[in-house]
Amino acid sequence: MSFVANDYKPEQPPPRKESGALGWARANLFNSWFNTALTLLALYFLIETVPPLIRWLFIDAVWGLVGPDVCREADGACWSFIRLKYRQILFGTYPFDQQWRPLIAMILIVSVALLSCIRRFWQPWMVGVWIATLFIYITLLGGGVFGLRPVRTELWGGLPLTLMLAFVGIAVAFPISVLLALGRRSDMPIIKAICVGYIELIRGVPLITLLFMASFMLPLFMPSGVSIDAVLRAQVAIIVFVSSYLAEVIRGGLQALPKGQYEAAHTLGLSYWQMQRKIILPQALTISIPPIVNTYLGLFKDTSLVAIISLTDLLLATRQSFADPEWRRFFVEAYIFVALIYWVFCYYMSKYSQYLERVLNTGHKR
Amino acid sequence: MAEQAARRGGAGPGPRESTAFLRDPRIRAIIYQVLVLGGVILLAVYLVSNTMTNLEQRSIRTGFGFLQSEAGFYIGETTLVNYAASDSYGRAFLVGISNTLRVALIGIVLATILGTIAGVARLSSNWLIAKLASIYVEVMRNVPLLLQLFFWYGLISAALPASRDAVAILPGTYLSRSGLQYPAPIAHWIHPWMLLSILVALGACYAYYRWAKQKQAQTGVEPRLFLPFVGFLLGFPVIVWLIGGAPMAVDMPELGAFRLVGGAAMSPEFLALLLGLTFYTAGFIAEIVRAGILAVPWGQTEAASSLGLKRSFVLRLVLLPQALRIIIPPTTSQFLNLTKNSSLAVAIGYPDLVSVGNTTLNQTGQAIECISIMMACYLFFSLSISFFMNWYNKNIALVER
Repeated sequence: MSFVANDYKPEQPPPRKESGALGWARANLFNSWFNTALTLLALYFLIETVPPLIRWLFIDAVWGLVGPDVCREADGACWSFIRLKYRQILFGTYPFDQQWRPLIAMILIVSVALLSCIRRFWQPWMVGVWIATLFIYITLLGGGVFGLRPVRTELWGGLPLTLMLAFVGIAVAFPISVLLALGRRSDMPIIKAICVGYIELIRGVPLITLLFMASFMLPLFMPSGVSIDAVLRAQVAIIVFVSSYLAEVIRGGLQALPKGQYEAAHTLGLSYWQMQRKIILPQALTISIPPIVNTYLGLFKDTSLVAIISLTDLLLATRQSFADPEWRRFFVEAYIFVALIYWVFCYYMSKYSQYLERVLNTGHKR
Repeated sequence: MAEQAARRGGAGPGPRESTAFLRDPRIRAIIYQVLVLGGVILLAVYLVSNTMTNLEQRSIRTGFGFLQSEAGFYIGETTLVNYAASDSYGRAFLVGISNTLRVALIGIVLATILGTIAGVARLSSNWLIAKLASIYVEVMRNVPLLLQLFFWYGLISAALPASRDAVAILPGTYLSRSGLQYPAPIAHWIHPWMLLSILVALGACYAYYRWAKQKQAQTGVEPRLFLPFVGFLLGFPVIVWLIGGAPMAVDMPELGAFRLVGGAAMSPEFLALLLGLTFYTAGFIAEIVRAGILAVPWGQTEAASSLGLKRSFVLRLVLLPQALRIIIPPTTSQFLNLTKNSSLAVAIGYPDLVSVGNTTLNQTGQAIECISIMMACYLFFSLSISFFMNWYNKNIALVER
């Protein structure tokens, strides 16, 4: 007896196509009835919103340098407004003929910040470079030396002010927050209590109350006759605010270190500060860099609150740019423009911090 | 050896006694702490004495007596606390606190719902939905909240039609430059009792839950939870409503000669603040939800499926309890952030705590008192939430081997 097939079996249909545009769409957009419904809904939403948006933003928009009358006739966005007012938005009330100074200062600080993103430059001398940069930055803005015309701080404004509040804020807050974090983990009860009290008190209140405190109460704290100008007051509030958040971030880094590192340092007979300087902080700070970048990102957005206490930062400068009744209706264009500036800074910072998290996530995992 | 140890202990003999005394870590700790404490106290004394001198020079009275005097300013929104300009500053602060809590509570509920949807959508296998959700999250997280608030407020007050041409977004619900107007039931004596019955229903849910757990422990059969819960929460108020004679009267907003009249209303400031806070915080909650779901290892799903659990059981009994353990702590800190961020209301003129405090400060000049009241209120909110969090964390902490 033998079983020999006399004819071919009928051919099976090929497996469902999973490559190519159609296959991709089937796998990613229409793989179940629920997803199909969602896709159709999303497509309907996109068709309803995207073409009108593109028409408004680009096609019907006014790009030329024209007055508000022409813009009012048009159906689209009035980019002419941005072209006319961009210097007021970017530099606020800074004297018009001196605006090259903040421009150079911003280019300098952004390039140093970009350089600091490269890990090869994470060296001790970078601290010196940063101190020098901030010094040059403030000198360029303030003037008064090297033949630069002095410019009072009340006139500082726009993006340079925003950048200064953020960069000086984090630079000054950093050493304070390291001390606070070490204090919070200290064995000495009084020091610990003082640090915990400070950190929790500041983290429990909104930044705006600290800004109010700085602008109304700081003058009362000073000996009579001493006055602090408004920018410095806001800067103090920002430093106080961000140092408590940074302290918690650094404490997280300290806690992430395995106990063996402390024990090994003790075994070598290092003193407390030697141990912190040579063993603990270099590792703890490296782990904390991604959340520090995130804190910086939050601070960069939060500097916009100084607009409430009437400092002409990027946001208030923008609001002043359409204060003119003729231009008032074009506030949407102005907000889109500054939102884009904030977004570019914040988005790339958050991407950088995510990248760092991946790269630095090597050591202490078991 | 013994001698060395003794010397380190500070009891060593000989000429090095004083050095050894200073080298004792315990003695040093005390010296350091006394120095730091002394420094802090000195600083405080210096600041207080400066402040006293300054206050005397400007002849500002200190103390909270001003809270009893007449405020004299008008507050636009007094939904929860009755207030008139002739009331006291203290009452004005109360209105501010109630307005802060009102926008924060509604914002928290909406942001949680929207954030959860966006977070789950970002993990969707549907490419289009996932991309839309990530665009939403990346835009919201990377633009300052204050800018978003100004944007919404500008849109509401400039782009929307005037009250007499209001757009009907739902039947009886109108959106216009003067805010959102919606139908509201006309006040009836039964309404407070209905609210009370919801509280009773919550208690009934808890009692039923305890009973169900006990029953499950005894028999191994898990009684149904969802349907009885819905039954309690809907049934109790409906029964009370029926007892009260089932009042049906509803106040509908209608177009009058010049503007909409009737119904209940949300002011444009409240609407802008609520939209801004909700959209902004939802972006952050979405990321937390996504990270929480991703953090549960895939092996948990596989193990649960291999036990033969249904898909819905895998989700409810295995994945969600683990994901929620990761999601809830950072989400509560987002709730706290939302509450603190509601202080930006002062920029668009919604009368919250900071806004009222700022007006009071400008009228009375009592800077220290007003700012202390604001800070104390926010500290109270923060500390109560963190106490709750610590209690919660202790309850759900993993019991390890």
